Amino acid sequence: MSKVKTAVKIGTLTVKNPVTTASGTFGSGLEMREYVDLRKLGAITVKGTTLKSRAGNPLPRCTETPSGTLNSIGLENPGVDVFVADILPQVAAYETPIIVNIAGSEIPEYGRLAEILENEDAVSALEANVSCPNVKSGGMALGTDPDLVYQVTKLVKENTSKPVIVKLSPNVTDIVSIAKAAEEGGADGLNLINSVLGLAIDIEHKRPALGNIVGGLSGPAIKPIALRMVYQTAQAVTIPIIGLGGIVSWQDAIEFLMAGATAVGIGTGNFLDPATTMKVVDGIEKYLEDHGFSDIHEIIGIAWKGQNAGKEGCHVCSE
Amino acid sequence: MVEQGKILINEHVGKDIWRMELKAPWIAQKARPGQFVNVRLTEHTDPLLRRPISLHGIDADNGIICFLYLVVGKGTKIMSELENGDSLDLLGPLGNGFSTAFQGKRAVLIGGGIGSAPLYPLMEMLKAQKKSVTLIYGAKDQDSIVCLDLYKENQAEVIITTEDGSAGEKGFVTAPFEALLRNESVNYVYACGPSAMLRAVEELTLKYGVDGEISTEANMGCGLGVCLSCSTPGRDGKNRKVCTDGPVFKMGELAYE
Repeated sequence: MSKVKTAVKIGTLTVKNPVTTASGTFGSGLEMREYVDLRKLGAITVKGTTLKSRAGNPLPRCTETPSGTLNSIGLENPGVDVFVADILPQVAAYETPIIVNIAGSEIPEYGRLAEILENEDAVSALEANVSCPNVKSGGMALGTDPDLVYQVTKLVKENTSKPVIVKLSPNVTDIVSIAKAAEEGGADGLNLINSVLGLAIDIEHKRPALGNIVGGLSGPAIKPIALRMVYQTAQAVTIPIIGLGGIVSWQDAIEFLMAGATAVGIGTGNFLDPATTMKVVDGIEKYLEDHGFSDIHEIIGIAWKGQNAGKEGCHVCSE
Repeated sequence: MVEQGKILINEHVGKDIWRMELKAPWIAQKARPGQFVNVRLTEHTDPLLRRPISLHGIDADNGIICFLYLVVGKGTKIMSELENGDSLDLLGPLGNGFSTAFQGKRAVLIGGGIGSAPLYPLMEMLKAQKKSVTLIYGAKDQDSIVCLDLYKENQAEVIITTEDGSAGEKGFVTAPFEALLRNESVNYVYACGPSAMLRAVEELTLKYGVDGEISTEANMGCGLGVCLSCSTPGRDGKNRKVCTDGPVFKMGELAYE
């Protein structure tokens, strides 16, 4: 056991290390058991859940772009009832905190989802997805308007006692104003960023490469965008941020922590190497040891706080 | 399982078609015909995603696997430039594979272009079970037909069709296939190839009341059943993941758009 402290808090949820998964890139976790020790993750963030089942978007749903992938899955999932009955108990057996990503096509659905999941002890936190670029109603349409983000956050908070994380869209002019709206709505944490709206064209068929026409860009191509948004937002809010967007190595994860993220999410990185999360957990710990840090909080936001700021404790989670 | 395979042979065998043999004992031991391997082509991030490549050869005794692949883009181009002794990051074996437990003796295997690749280990398995095998192999032209000797060595009957008539019968696989269905006893059909071919083959099997399986493909993100990029509708209205529910499906299971 390492002497370095890697535990962080998001609201009332304490996770043993800052590594979680990006919703929709890790299934429920069960699919990844052959490659990942689920018990070693800080938290598992599961595939987005909606009130009713969704079939998702037409194929093709995925195309590769330079150092990135453009996807338009469209929140395919079996619906919250099936998730709670069939999937949740199996994932809960691993005793790693489970963060459930919830998405509504109308604002009241977020409240209803929070209410349903409130009864489930196995759910450690909710992540309100107001940023999916691949659904026509709800999703990103909500996440680009500060007033709507505030309303969704407030409604979810009113219907749950669990920590509420709000997953923000990068497809906005001013990420800070959206982040502040979520904080004012009562969010316990923020997750940024979701994928960046993009397009690819298949020049042989002379049409967009994806069945849904546009999709969300993820992977290393978006890492600088995500880092910049974490860096700006972390200085403007007091709640913790789960930073993600293009993390494929522990070095990427350290960058996000230094930009001000309290935790990190691995998304597309799981597709390159299914054991990426494990390597990031170990790599963060080793980096801290090698550089003489005793607590992860010493490097959170160090890129803007300066070298000595971290030693005085973390304003974000008062540790 | 991620295994670092060592390249033993990487040779150009036909028009844009390459054949690669790798030492990969773990995968060779575990793999079944119809499964695939997700190949990472660079430790850098471009190309980013792994490439799903079907298993063309599975030699458990010697720990060797074989790919027959068509160079179509950036990833397969890099693959074709690798040399003997290079290692390749392999994730697999993935997917469900073919089943061979059908009633009767006679199987017809139908391959369209590079879709013939996974049929070879299937034929070996069927032959080991004393089944009789007919391969109908359709391609654009003579240069696109490869590895025929492998089938002939195993005493499979081979029928060739080409779109331009440069080898075998001119036309598509469906004409000789329907002739077989009409005139002979066929117990089970396996097909792999372009979706238009699969659809036509499937219609014929349904028309003549013969069971079988198709191996299909889709753009994949993960190959592990988590990203849902390859999710494809079935006739029962439920989606199937090509990567983990497939790539092999029963005739009539998928809905064609």
